Amino acid sequence: MNPLAFSPVTGVLLIPASAAVLLALLPSYRMSARLNVFASLLTFITALLLLVTERPQPGRYLLVDDLNIVFIVLNTFVGFTTSVFSASYIGHELETGRLTPANLRFYHAMYQIMMFGMNLAFVSNNIGLMWVAVELATLTTVLMVGIYRTHEALEAAWKYFILGSVGIAFALFGTILVYMAAQPVVGEGYDAMAWTLLIQHAVAFDPALLNVAFVFLLLGYGTKVGLAPLHAWLPDAHAEGPTPISAVLSGLLLNVALYAVLRFKILIAASPEAIAPGPLMVTMGLTSLIFAAFMLYRRRDIKRMFAYSSIEHMGIIVFAFGMGGPLANFAGLLHMVMHSLTKSAIFYAVGHIAQIKGTQRLSSIRGLTESHPGLGWGLVIGVIAIAGLPPLGIFMSEFLVVSSTFARQPLLAILLVLGLLIAFGALLLRLTGVAFGQPRGSTAPVEASYLPMYSHLALVFGGGVYLPPPLVAWFQHIAQLLG
Amino acid sequence: MNGLTFDIAHLLAGGLVLVSFMMLYQDRLYSLLNMFALHSLVLTLSVAWQAYVQQAPHLYVTATIALVFKAIIIPVALHRMIRRLGIHREIETVVGIGPTMFAGMALVALSMVVMLRVTQAADPLAREDLAFALSVVLLGLLVMVTRRNAVSQIVGFMSLENGLVLAATGAKGMPLVVEISVAFSILIAFIVIGVFLFRIRERFDTVDVRALDDFKGKRRR
Repeated sequence: MNPLAFSPVTGVLLIPASAAVLLALLPSYRMSARLNVFASLLTFITALLLLVTERPQPGRYLLVDDLNIVFIVLNTFVGFTTSVFSASYIGHELETGRLTPANLRFYHAMYQIMMFGMNLAFVSNNIGLMWVAVELATLTTVLMVGIYRTHEALEAAWKYFILGSVGIAFALFGTILVYMAAQPVVGEGYDAMAWTLLIQHAVAFDPALLNVAFVFLLLGYGTKVGLAPLHAWLPDAHAEGPTPISAVLSGLLLNVALYAVLRFKILIAASPEAIAPGPLMVTMGLTSLIFAAFMLYRRRDIKRMFAYSSIEHMGIIVFAFGMGGPLANFAGLLHMVMHSLTKSAIFYAVGHIAQIKGTQRLSSIRGLTESHPGLGWGLVIGVIAIAGLPPLGIFMSEFLVVSSTFARQPLLAILLVLGLLIAFGALLLRLTGVAFGQPRGSTAPVEASYLPMYSHLALVFGGGVYLPPPLVAWFQHIAQLLG
Repeated sequence: MNGLTFDIAHLLAGGLVLVSFMMLYQDRLYSLLNMFALHSLVLTLSVAWQAYVQQAPHLYVTATIALVFKAIIIPVALHRMIRRLGIHREIETVVGIGPTMFAGMALVALSMVVMLRVTQAADPLAREDLAFALSVVLLGLLVMVTRRNAVSQIVGFMSLENGLVLAATGAKGMPLVVEISVAFSILIAFIVIGVFLFRIRERFDTVDVRALDDFKGKRRR
């Protein structure tokens, strides 16, 4: 097969890459905001084509299988809606003078490079290439977090950079160890880094080496997932960067790191004598959940609060995948999709709210449903969804996680439910203040684009009420693969 | 394997750990940078030796990158930056030198115990290399956490990357992809950090990270 021939796989990589070049050259910000939306839409459509076209054979570098298609489609969809939100958000930032046109040019180019990095991480069939891609995506977000150049933004970007690079260093070390384990069995060179070959031969790998490798990989990529106690960068990065970046950080970048952890989990699980990866993941997930749930109570900044909520939900997802088994894996996947959609929708609302009010302080935001019904009710639905109330999608996935845990480890399930309830209380407590009561602060009308937010919420609602059978069958199949 | 080739590889990798230790107790920025240049030089020799032993010519490229970029360009550039910013004073450390050295020893012992135990089946050269590499990585981390100053954190980070390069070259036949990426990531890292430094300077006239920490929790927007 000619590797240069156009296929959806190369499409999801080439479109963002060439868009980034174009955006770096275009001076006009209106044009580039539109081009950004257009390129993201094109990438999303190409990703959808992956579902229908015949899949290429796994090559030396690229791979498409059932697992990563889900991630790619989700990634490009949220990437597209965020670019729509970003177009309306960024115009306001320009008016208030927080960003200059030069900043914006940089911002849009970085946005597409980040999309490129994330897509590359998903489709790579090479553990080294995946590492490079994750690192690329991280570095671009570091730059975007620091884009406002305020004290806080710089501090956040610096912290993110330092912790992120420590994480990435550990991940590389783990990657090297996996290669060392594979090299005597698979042979030298590229073969010993290809997922497809690694999985086939994992049985014969040296288990001791794999154990150490997994610890490094879990710590390394776990830093990016935002697992406690390695989460310190996450709230700052979410709170200080532009809100579209908070949305993609929570909705997408955390998933990229999670995907890496999952891939390696499959690999370790394929080796019968290596440690079971499950308990490690369960512990880290549960710690993150309970820790973040308590931290939610003391937040004064609205973006920071939802950042902690992301830590909480990543904890639940990692917990579910750590439990393993068809049901828990299914629940974990569903929860990941629902969380990405809900959390980015919330950030779309929060972005506009913070712009109107000119502040992110929770105490200065009151009575949104009265002053801005469109945004206020969107936020209410989003928070209800994220808190796990029926009939929205997250209720369903959390219910599945809890019930599958109760069947196997009742004690863990109690801790899990405890964490969920604590977080639930904190979120509703804050929501009543923000959404209801006497409006406070500016009540200026808003030029918001409601479409991205409400389309996400509609999907989350749809997911809670009715899941199409083909999707269920697909997720069940992946859940089997995840073991 | 020939005893001598093994000994030389061992010597060079061990030398890298030693230089990492020397970085731990430097209390001036200039001397820290000199130590980092030495660190990269030892890394260059070590990688070149691996290239010779493994008969892997592509590793010479990695060695050259380490020599030109990390042993010469970066230290010189940072030297100039420090002079221009006028911060060539003492580095404030969070922990005293004594406890830091003890912590360093404990980390090296830890990495020896862990790596030597789990890699019994592996090729002895790669095995020792990996143990040393992990020590260098952990010592680099220690440099990063015990310093307040942004430049010395950067140096700590780069010495950590040196450890990773050592590990990558020790793994026999590891594809070039990774070495290039490691070098490339250092490049990017440096650009990023450079950008940070200038922005930080723009705002604070200092590169002491504590100046950043002071703003923690005081949000005014």
